[in-house]
Amino acid sequence: MLDKELRSMIGQVKDGRMDRRAFVKRLAAVGLTAPLANQLLALGGVAMAQSPAVYKPTKRGGGGPLKVLWWQGPTLLNPHFATGTKDQDGSRLFYEPLASWDADGNLNPILAAEIPSLANGGLAADAKSVVWKIKPGVKWHDGKPLTADDFVFTWQYASDPATAAVTISTYGEITVEKVSDLSIRILFKTPTPFWANAFVGAYGCVLPKHLFADYKGSKSREAPNNLAPVGTGPYKFVEFKPGDVVRGELNPDYHMPNRPHFDTIEMKGGGDAVSAARAVIQTGEFDFAWNMQVEDDVLLRLEKGGKGKTVYATGGDIEFIAINFTDPNVEIDGERSSMKTKHPIFSDPNVRKALALLVDRDSVKKAIYGRAGRTTANYLNGPEKFVSKNTSWEFNVEKASKMLDDAGWKVGADGIREKDGKKFKLLYQTSTNGPRQKTQAIVKQACQKAGIDVELKSVVASVFFSSDVANPDTYPKFYADIEEFQIPMTQPDPALHMRRYISANVATKENKWQGQNFPRYVNKEYDDAIAAAETETDPVKRAALYIKCNDLLWQDTVFIPVMHRLLVDACSNTLRPALSGWANRTDNLQDWYREA
Amino acid sequence: MSQYVLRRLLIAVPSLLAISLVLFVVLALAPGDPFSELATNPNVPPEVQAALRAKFGLDDPIYLRYLHWLNAMLHGDWGFSFVSRMNVDTLILQRLPATLYVIGSAQILALLIAIPVGVYAATRPYSLFDQIANTLAFVGFSLPTFFTGILFILIFSVTLDWLPFVYTTDIKATGIRWVLEMIRQAIMPVAVLGLFQAASMTRFVRSAMLDVIRLDYVTTARAKGLGQTTVIIKHVMRNAMIPVVTLIALQMPAVFGGAIVTEQIFRIPGIGSLLISSILSNDTPVVMAVTFVFACLVVLFNLIADVLYGWLDPRISLR
Repeated sequence: MLDKELRSMIGQVKDGRMDRRAFVKRLAAVGLTAPLANQLLALGGVAMAQSPAVYKPTKRGGGGPLKVLWWQGPTLLNPHFATGTKDQDGSRLFYEPLASWDADGNLNPILAAEIPSLANGGLAADAKSVVWKIKPGVKWHDGKPLTADDFVFTWQYASDPATAAVTISTYGEITVEKVSDLSIRILFKTPTPFWANAFVGAYGCVLPKHLFADYKGSKSREAPNNLAPVGTGPYKFVEFKPGDVVRGELNPDYHMPNRPHFDTIEMKGGGDAVSAARAVIQTGEFDFAWNMQVEDDVLLRLEKGGKGKTVYATGGDIEFIAINFTDPNVEIDGERSSMKTKHPIFSDPNVRKALALLVDRDSVKKAIYGRAGRTTANYLNGPEKFVSKNTSWEFNVEKASKMLDDAGWKVGADGIREKDGKKFKLLYQTSTNGPRQKTQAIVKQACQKAGIDVELKSVVASVFFSSDVANPDTYPKFYADIEEFQIPMTQPDPALHMRRYISANVATKENKWQGQNFPRYVNKEYDDAIAAAETETDPVKRAALYIKCNDLLWQDTVFIPVMHRLLVDACSNTLRPALSGWANRTDNLQDWYREA
Repeated sequence: MSQYVLRRLLIAVPSLLAISLVLFVVLALAPGDPFSELATNPNVPPEVQAALRAKFGLDDPIYLRYLHWLNAMLHGDWGFSFVSRMNVDTLILQRLPATLYVIGSAQILALLIAIPVGVYAATRPYSLFDQIANTLAFVGFSLPTFFTGILFILIFSVTLDWLPFVYTTDIKATGIRWVLEMIRQAIMPVAVLGLFQAASMTRFVRSAMLDVIRLDYVTTARAKGLGQTTVIIKHVMRNAMIPVVTLIALQMPAVFGGAIVTEQIFRIPGIGSLLISSILSNDTPVVMAVTFVFACLVVLFNLIADVLYGWLDPRISLR
C-alpha cells in the first residue's frame, strides 16, 4: 500500500504537481525521509535537489584566517590511507570527491557537474552502473586540468591490494571506466541500490594521476605527495606537521564562485576535548573545535556568556549494549564464546527482554549525554526513511522482575536471582571512557534492584578496539555477557551498518575474530532479509527490508540501544560552518563562512 | 682523558644494546594494534588491516623484527611511522625545536631561580628568607604540573585573557613581533615547568651549600680576611656545585624528551606529545625511536657530568 502511494507521489513530483519539500514531509510522516528519500526520487526519475546551501559571501577570500582545533590532529594527508576521521578531515582541506552529503543527507555536487539521476541518464535502470559528469575547467593546485583519467587512476590505486588503501572496500568491487575526458562510468557487479559510495564523501577523494602514477601498489608509501597534498580543494597546501598542525591558503583558482571565504586555514591538533572547548567557547582563540566528547554539564557551564556555542549534527551513531548469545565462560577448542555453546542465561528471549527493561535510557540521557543524545529503541536510527516506527522501549524494574520470575529466575537468600542452582551474574564490559562507565553504573543499579548481580569491567580503548588475536579483552572476542560501545554510521545508508550481523559474519577463532557479528547472532530470517535488501532496486521495498532487520534485532533483543548520539562541535558565535551528521566535519568546508 | 672518554663510550655500547632489547620486547609484547581504529569501521574490511600488518612486517616473529630494527638503526634509518607513514627522524626533528625552546627555557628559568635562592638561603639558614624559600619550595613541588597548568590557564587565559593557551609553532609575524609572540605564548608553559623544577632544585642547592659551608677550609678562607661574596662564590659554590651538576646533567635528556603532561595541556608540539600520541596509537617505531634516543642521551649526559667533575674538582682524576 505504502509502495503504491509512494509511486504516485513520485509521479506527482515528477510532473510538478507536488513540490519536493512536500514530498519529503509526507515521507517523514510515514517514517521515510532524508538522504535516501532523495535517492529514492532519483531512482524514481526525479533529479536530486541541489542542496540550497545558504552561502552569503559575495566574493572570494577576505574572511581572514580560519583556525580550527582537532584534539586528535591529522597524522597523514592521503585520504586513501586515513586510519581515522581525523586524517580524512585533514586530507579533505585539499582533496575533493565528486559529491558530498549535506545536512539532510542530500548529495551536494563538488567535482561533479550534476548529480546522476534516471532523468539525466546518469543512473541505469538496472542499478548496475552510474555515469558521473565531471565539472569542466577544474584545475589541480599545480595547474594541471582534472580529467576522467584521474578518477580511473584513483580507482586503480585504491583497489590494488598492494597499495593497502583503507578505501579498498569502496573501490575493490567496482569497475571504473572513462566515457569521455569529463565523464566516467562506474560499473557494479550486482544491482547496487546505494550507488553513491565510490567518489562520494570521505572515501571519495580523487588523487592526481600525474603525481601518484608512479606510486601505485607496493610503492605507495614512498609517494612524496602523501605528505604534501596537491588537490582541487578550496585551500592549497602550505605546511603539515603530523599530529600538530595542517595549514592551507586560499586557492585562487577554486572552481566554485565566491569560495572559499577564508584566506588561510589552520588545523591544530593535540590536547583534550575540554580545553579545546575552552579555546573556542571561552577565550575565542579558535573558531571551531571538533568532536566535543565532553559531558553536557561542562559544556553548558562553558557556554554561559562565552564567545562560542556548541553545535549539533544528527547522524546514525548508536551507543548500545550488545548481548552475547554464546557462553563466555566455557572454553571449546581453545575458544570462549564459541558458536558451539549457548549462553546459559540469555538463551531465553524473555530474559533478554527483561534486561532491556532495566536500562534507564532517560536517566542516561539526563545524567550523561544531555543535548548530545536521543533515546531510542532502534539499532538503526537514520536516515529517517529507514527508522522503524514499530519499536518501543521502557524502563520498568517491576515488569522486568516479573518476567524474570516467570522465566524461573527466583530471588535467592542473598537477594540474587537463581535458577537450578545457578546465580544470575553478569559480566558487563566496555572501553574505559567516562560516559560509558557512568552508564554501566546506572544499569548496574537497576539490575541490583531486580536481583541481578552485575560485575563491571572496563578495558583500555586501544585494547578493546584492537584486533589483537592474542588479547582476550577485545570487543570481537566478547569474553563477557554484555558489552557496550558505539558503532558510527559512516554513510547515509544502512547497508554496511546492518550487514554486520548476518550469520556468515560471526566472529570466531577460525576467522581470527575478524567477523563483525560479535554478539554471534544467528537468525535465518535476518540473513534472508539482508540478502534481499542488497539486491533490491526498489527503494521502498529496500527500506522496508532494513526496517524489518532493525525490528528483528529489537524483537530478539540482540542490542539494547542506549543512546542515539549526535555529533557535537564547538563553534565561535560568528562562524557559520556547514555540517552534516552524514559527513565528516570538513566535507563541506567550501561553504563555511564568517558572519560579519 | 680522551682514553677515559673512549672507554666510557665503549662500555655504553652493550648497555644501549640491552636497553634497546628490553624496550623492543616490552613494546612488542604490549597489547594494542596500530591499525585498531580500522577495526570498528564497518567500511574497512578486516583484510585491509591484515594487509597493512603484513606490509609493515608486524606479523614477523619478534626476534626478526628486532634484528631488522637494529640493522636499520645502525644504518641511520630510524624507522617508518605506521600512523603518519613518514620517516621517524623527520617526525622527531619537526618536534625538536619546540621542545628545546620551551623545556630549555624552563630549565634555565629553574636554574636562575634555584641557584641564587638556594645559595642565599644557605648563607642565612633558618632566617625569614630561608623559611619563606623553603615553604614555597615545598608548595612548588607538591603541586603537580597538570594542576598548576590548568590553574594558570584559568587565571591568565580565561579570566584575565592576557595569554594564549594554545601553542602555535609558526606565528604569522616577522621581526620583533614574532619574538614577542613567541615569548608570550611560552610564558605559561615555561613558568609551570620552570617553577616546578626550581622548587626541588632550590632545596638541593641549599643543602649542598650547607654541607660545604661548615667545612674547615671555608673558615680558613674567612680567617684569611676574604670577603663574604668571594668566599661564597669562589670557595663554597664551586664545591657545592658538584652534586648540582649531576642533577642538572641528568635533567638534560629531559630537555630533549619533553614534558609529556605540560606539552599536552598547552598543545606544544614537542617530543613529549609525540611520544604520548604514538603510545596511544601504538605507533611502535616512533615510541621505540624516541625512547631509545632518550636512553642514548642519558648515557651521554652521564659521561658529560663525569667529565665536568674533573674540571670542578681537580682532585677527582679520570682514569
